[in-house]
Amino acid sequence: MNHLTEEQFVLYYYGEGDESPAVRAHLDACETCRAEYAGLQRVLNVVDTAPVPERGANYGAQVWNRLRPAIKWDRPPGLSFWLWPARHWAAAALVATLIVAAFLAGRYYPKAPTGMQTANAGKVRERILLVAVGDHLDRSQAVLLELVNAQPGESLDVASERERAGELVADNRLYRQTAAHAGDTRVTSVLDELEPVLLEIAHGPDLLTPEQVESLRQRIEGDGILFKVRVAGSTVRHREEKAAPSVIQNTL
Amino acid sequence: MELSDSVAVAQARAGNSGAFRVLVERHSRNLFRLAYRMTGHQQDAEDVVQETFLRAYRQLSKFDDRASFGTWLYRIAANCSLDLIRARKRRNAQTEAPAEEGAPDPMQSLPDPAPQPDRLAMSGEIGQKVAAVLDQLSEMERTAFVLRHYEGMCIDDIGRTLGVEPNAAKHSVFRAVQKLRRALEPLVSTAS
Repeated sequence: MNHLTEEQFVLYYYGEGDESPAVRAHLDACETCRAEYAGLQRVLNVVDTAPVPERGANYGAQVWNRLRPAIKWDRPPGLSFWLWPARHWAAAALVATLIVAAFLAGRYYPKAPTGMQTANAGKVRERILLVAVGDHLDRSQAVLLELVNAQPGESLDVASERERAGELVADNRLYRQTAAHAGDTRVTSVLDELEPVLLEIAHGPDLLTPEQVESLRQRIEGDGILFKVRVAGSTVRHREEKAAPSVIQNTL
Repeated sequence: MELSDSVAVAQARAGNSGAFRVLVERHSRNLFRLAYRMTGHQQDAEDVVQETFLRAYRQLSKFDDRASFGTWLYRIAANCSLDLIRARKRRNAQTEAPAEEGAPDPMQSLPDPAPQPDRLAMSGEIGQKVAAVLDQLSEMERTAFVLRHYEGMCIDDIGRTLGVEPNAAKHSVFRAVQKLRRALEPLVSTAS
């Protein structure tokens, strides 16, 4: 009778491989292999006694607290620029088209003298941005108001606000970049503060518990973000109105 | 109701920090145990747990939903542990003289396990002895053995985790068991 190999013992101990019934039968019949296998069992059972320091029940929370500052939550994990959803690309394309159109309008408009062409192009670009940002701030304000005006102590279905917030996040990034590029620090700063709030709404559940509603309300009101959005929206509209007549006058 | 791993992963992918927190709190202790058994040091194990979740977060979009999130995390933790062990060895190699060709098997240089088995068993020194032997295994042997013996991972999964063929993983487990047996059997048989 051939005895079992060490490999067969190990596989049998761990329940691996498909020879278990044959190994079992052999062990029943062979005293030498039985003794050999018992030796292996003793050693591997002793290995289990290697001490591992215990971690308490709140260990996970401690890990999380150390981890949280190291993770940036301002964008979905691993989602690269190239994996933006189609609607975000569409928004990007629209803004780019408007800016190019504005540039071309200013560049090729035949009536204005050369010095004024550049000035007009700049004003057209600025106005297009102001219109877009004003509209964006209005839509953001509507989402924030929905949460701030929720009935205290009641759950709130924010499915549609979530969806709108998700779309606004992508637009927000574009406008923030454009505003930063244009050197508009006031708008950039408001959009900077708005984005995390929009993200929190976009990535939250459809149905908010009263506690979640309260927490969001406190965040919105505590940071004064609604007020800042309102003021920025009003300022942007005022600038837009101021810019409009001169642009129309110069381009007609 | 408690979030399942797959739902939490989906929400975390969308940027929901609360969902990722659920995953961190759920898997941290198991990962620490694995990391400690791999590295043999508490602080290293803590670092591995931290690094594992950071890597997991960064690679969340690559996670295959059909797989087990826990197994995926284990794979990352095993790789983090290996990286750390390698770095530690490189550091040690800079401060210690390299082993000469034909040098005696380090397993043989372990303290003689024969004396005072009762005292050893009673004082928990057997556990320390096991830890010392595990320290002497190669990276691959230790990882394969820890995953098979302590974590109950099957050979095929160990192969996938280590990026080697199942046969290579199996032989790493065999070699680890052989070495453990050689070092511990005298102690165990005397004690029993």
